[in-house]
Order: sequence, then C-alpha cells, then structure tokens
Amino acid sequence: MLAEFLQYLISGVTVGAIYGLVGIGFSIIYNSSQVINFTQGEFVMIGGMATVSLISAGVPMPLAMLGAVALATIVGVALEKFCIEPSRNAPVVTLIIITIGASIFLRGTAEVLWDRNFHSLVPISGDNPIDIAGAKLLPQSIWIVGSLMVIVCGLWLFFNRTLLGKAMLATSYNRLAAQLVGIEVRNILLLSFVLSSTLGAVAGILIAPISMTYSTVGVMLGLKGFSAAIVGGLGNPMGAILGGLIVGIAEAMTAGYISSAYKDAVAFIIILAVLFFMPNGLFGRKVVEKV
Amino acid sequence: MNWRQPHTGGMVMLLAVMAVLPLFLDNSFQYEIAIKVALNAAVCVGLNLLIGYTGQISLGHAGFFALGAYSSAILTDRYGLPPMAAMLTGALGVGLLSFIIARPILKLKGHYLAMGTLGMGVIISIVLNQEADFTGGPDGMSVAALTIFGWEPVTEFQWYWIAVGFLALCVWLSLNLINSPVGRALRAVHGSEIAARTMGIDTTHYKVLVFVVSAVMACLAGSLFAHYNGYITPSKADFFYSIELVTMVVLGGMASTFGAVIGAVVLTVVPQVLTVFENYEMMVFGGVLMGMIIFMHKGLLPTLSEFIGKRFHEPDKR
Repeated sequence: MLAEFLQYLISGVTVGAIYGLVGIGFSIIYNSSQVINFTQGEFVMIGGMATVSLISAGVPMPLAMLGAVALATIVGVALEKFCIEPSRNAPVVTLIIITIGASIFLRGTAEVLWDRNFHSLVPISGDNPIDIAGAKLLPQSIWIVGSLMVIVCGLWLFFNRTLLGKAMLATSYNRLAAQLVGIEVRNILLLSFVLSSTLGAVAGILIAPISMTYSTVGVMLGLKGFSAAIVGGLGNPMGAILGGLIVGIAEAMTAGYISSAYKDAVAFIIILAVLFFMPNGLFGRKVVEKV
Repeated sequence: MNWRQPHTGGMVMLLAVMAVLPLFLDNSFQYEIAIKVALNAAVCVGLNLLIGYTGQISLGHAGFFALGAYSSAILTDRYGLPPMAAMLTGALGVGLLSFIIARPILKLKGHYLAMGTLGMGVIISIVLNQEADFTGGPDGMSVAALTIFGWEPVTEFQWYWIAVGFLALCVWLSLNLINSPVGRALRAVHGSEIAARTMGIDTTHYKVLVFVVSAVMACLAGSLFAHYNGYITPSKADFFYSIELVTMVVLGGMASTFGAVIGAVVLTVVPQVLTVFENYEMMVFGGVLMGMIIFMHKGLLPTLSEFIGKRFHEPDKR
C-alpha cells in the first residue's frame, strides 16, 4: 500500500519537476514580453536530441550535454532576434502564432537533421534503483530534483540579489517605467530567451534517460509546462515549479489508482478546476484591467 | 478600401469565385482540396467571430469539429438515425455543451482563456481516443453516406456545392451578425470589456452567444466532413488542428470574414503543394508560416488591401 503510494509519488515528483522546469521558461519569457512561447517544448527536444547525436558522434557525455545546451541557447537567441524582435508591435495572438510557426519549423528541421526514431540516453549515474520502503527510486530522479533545487536557488539569487535580475523583474512589472529608469528593455527580452532556452534544454537532457527522446517529445512536454505555468499563475517562476509538481503528482496518482489512459485528461481537468475558481492561477498577480 | 465596406460586394465576389471555380478543377483530387478548403473556411469564419471580433481566443475548436463529426458517425451507425437528424442532434448537443461551458470558461482572460479552451479540446480528444466501444478508438470509425431528404450526393461535384453552399451560408450569417447591434457589442467587448459593461452592454451574454455560434458552425462543418470523408479518426480533435484553425484566422487577417476564408485557402492548399519537398515538408511549412506572419502582422487580406489601396487610390487616402 505505502510502497505503491510512494512509488507513484516519486514518479509524480520526477515528471512534475520537469514540467516545472519547462514552466519556468514560459513564465520568464511571458514576464519580459507577454508572449506565450510555444517553442519552449522544442528547446526540450533540442536538449535531448542534440545530446544523443553528439554522444553517438563520439563526444564525451558532459561535453555533449554542454554542447546541446549551447545549441538550444543559440536557437533561442536566433528566435528572439529574427522572429520576436522584428514583430514587437504585433498583437499578442500574432506573436503566439509566430512561435507556433517556429516550433513547427524546428521540429521539421530536427527530423531532417536527426531522425524520427526514439533514442534513449544513459542515466547520469547508472540505473540501479535505490529501495525506499519498498518503492524504487532511480538515481536519475535524484539528479532531476537536485538540479531543480539548484536552478531554483540560482534563479532566486539572480532575481533578488543581482542588478540584472532586478532589472528583469522591473521590466516585467512595468516595461515603460523600466525603460525610463535606464533599463535596456531589449536586452532583457533577449536575456529571457537565453534563460528559457537553457532551462528547456536542461530539462530535455534530464528527462531523456527516463522517457526517451524523439523529435516530437517537446509537444506534450511543452503543453504540460504551459499548464504548470498557468496553474501556478503566469509570470511567477516559483509558482510554475509548484504548478508542475501539482500536475505531475496528480497525473501519477491518476495513472496509478484510476486509469493510465485518462492521466493526461485528469491533468487538464485539474487545470480547468483551478482556473474556474482562481482565474489567475494559484499565485498569479491580480490583473487590473484599465480602460 | 471601400470595396469591402458594403459587405454585399465581398459576398458577390465570393459567390462568383465559388461559381467559376469548378471550371478550373479537373480531377477529383482538386475537388477534394476545394471541399476541404470550404469546410475549414466555414469553421474559421465562426472562429473569427470569436477571436477576431470579440477578442476571445480559443485553442479548442477542433474539439467541437470532432464532436460534430462523431455525433454524425455514432448516431447514424449505432442508433440508426437519418443523417440529417443526426447532424441536427449533434449541433443541438454541441450548442448546449458550449453554452454550459461558455460561462465559466469565458470568465478567463487572455492566456488563461487559451489554456482553458486548450484543456477543453484536449479532454474531448482524449475521451474520443479512449472510448473505443463508441468511437472505434484511435483507429477511428466509418461514417454512413449523407442523405438529404432521400437524395444522396455521390460525385465530388455535388459535394463541392454542398460544401461551398455551407460556407456561403456561414459567411452570410457572419456578415449579418457583424453589421447588427450584436456585432457592435462584440467589437465593444474587444475594445475594452469594462468600458463596454459601463455602457450597459451585457458582455457575458454576447461572449457566450458568439462562443456558441462558433462552436455550432465548427460542429456542422465536422458533420459534413465526416459524411464526405466516409471515415473519421480522433486526429480531427487534435490540439494541432485547433492551432491550425487559429493560424488560418490570424494569417488571413483578424476581424475580417473574407480574411478568414483566405487564410483557410492558403493553409489548406500550401501543405498540398509542399508535399513535393517530401522530408523537408514540415520545415518548409513552418518557415513559410513564420515568414508570412512576421512580414504581414495584420494578416494577408488587410495587408493586401492596404497595398492595393495605396497603389490605386492614392488621392483618396488622407
């Protein structure tokens, strides 16, 4: 009984952490540009696929991971420079469609460059499970949760202790006012894409040993990350983590106790339920509509 | 740009294009594309009322399309209803469903609304995939032929007229709605919901109304598609199809009924043309989509008519 529950909890926290990581990416870009970046899932895919292809080309694993993160970051920067920045004055829906076009383009490119097969990645520190009260904990899960904690601490320090981080926060509160006090808002936008693509790629590398990686892996992960960001309240990176954990654990519990076929549906039902009662997510800022 | 203003001009032009088009279609494959274009366009015309005019995004309209398709398939196959009765029952059911969920869902704003509608669409798609006893699961199910009061359309040519007839009806309805007090209320909601409310407009009522209208249009188009195709799979409820529909509306030009039609034409025909690129198809499609929207923020039709306006009517402009 307990072992079963613990097992579901572990797998829920593991995927939840990944959803949270993807969700932070959505929140950071949303904060600096009000755009929902649907290419976020593609950064995850690039992280996983590039690592796999670099390793198969003979590059040692740590270097391959760094290379994959670098590639995703370059793609993120290019996306901002060539797609988002020229269209800064377009309506938000238009910007969303541009990111959707970009994600289709990136998926297509990945299929041409790599392939459409499923690849697995070797776990960072083996796959001998650790036994906890009858439940099995994979070392990779520890890596995932550990990385998440490191990233959360890093982000907290960045946003609260550095000038650049504070400038980013200021921009998200009020873009014009930030510009008036001398913050280069355009660089902030670029930085948000750098951060999000890096985090996305890290998530993609971390999850690959558990759930494989393939050219369309980013689609569902992207949607779940978006859900995490929304449940937590858009624009609140820490809310995204909590949102991710809620979605992940709910999914794992549903899969375990109710029906694995409906686990994705339950995640979305929870989101709808949260939104019906709290239209701005759990920790979202209250939006005051001005006339 | 005044040729578009009295909407009758655009309507006459659309009907003329529909009437002349068969002269240029010479095989059943081309007819098939034309029919799919017309049905997609009909959904987009409805969706444009919601997104373009009222400013409420929906990432779940594929769900309504699929519900229409499946209610036609299931009610004729499992319960022996005549196709027309099944279609109307489906439309009534979807109308009721969308009416019930419209209130809580349309309370959401912006990206939260996008998430809410997306969740709704995904749930519909998962149910269609899982309830294999009714829907045949991911493999889909076959759909009986359409009969309209005993007459059964068989040739592509007959289906073409049904599809474009339905599209013309949707366009006509949409134009009338926009040019009525309802349309002005919708645009007021788009401009500023609070301002509209202070002016005494029951914004919730109008938002719900337009949501239901667009859902029923999608549902009827889905029914027609199911009968025409003779087969239906849950892929039509997919998130991607919802995205495709929204993209058609945005690409064509928001808040422009004929723009929605043009968006549907482009995004249905382009993938057919791109099949020559084989493996590179998806890459090229994504690139083309991105490029078109980056260079034409307002969408195809508004950009084009602005361009023509500048070229030929220079003196009239300001």
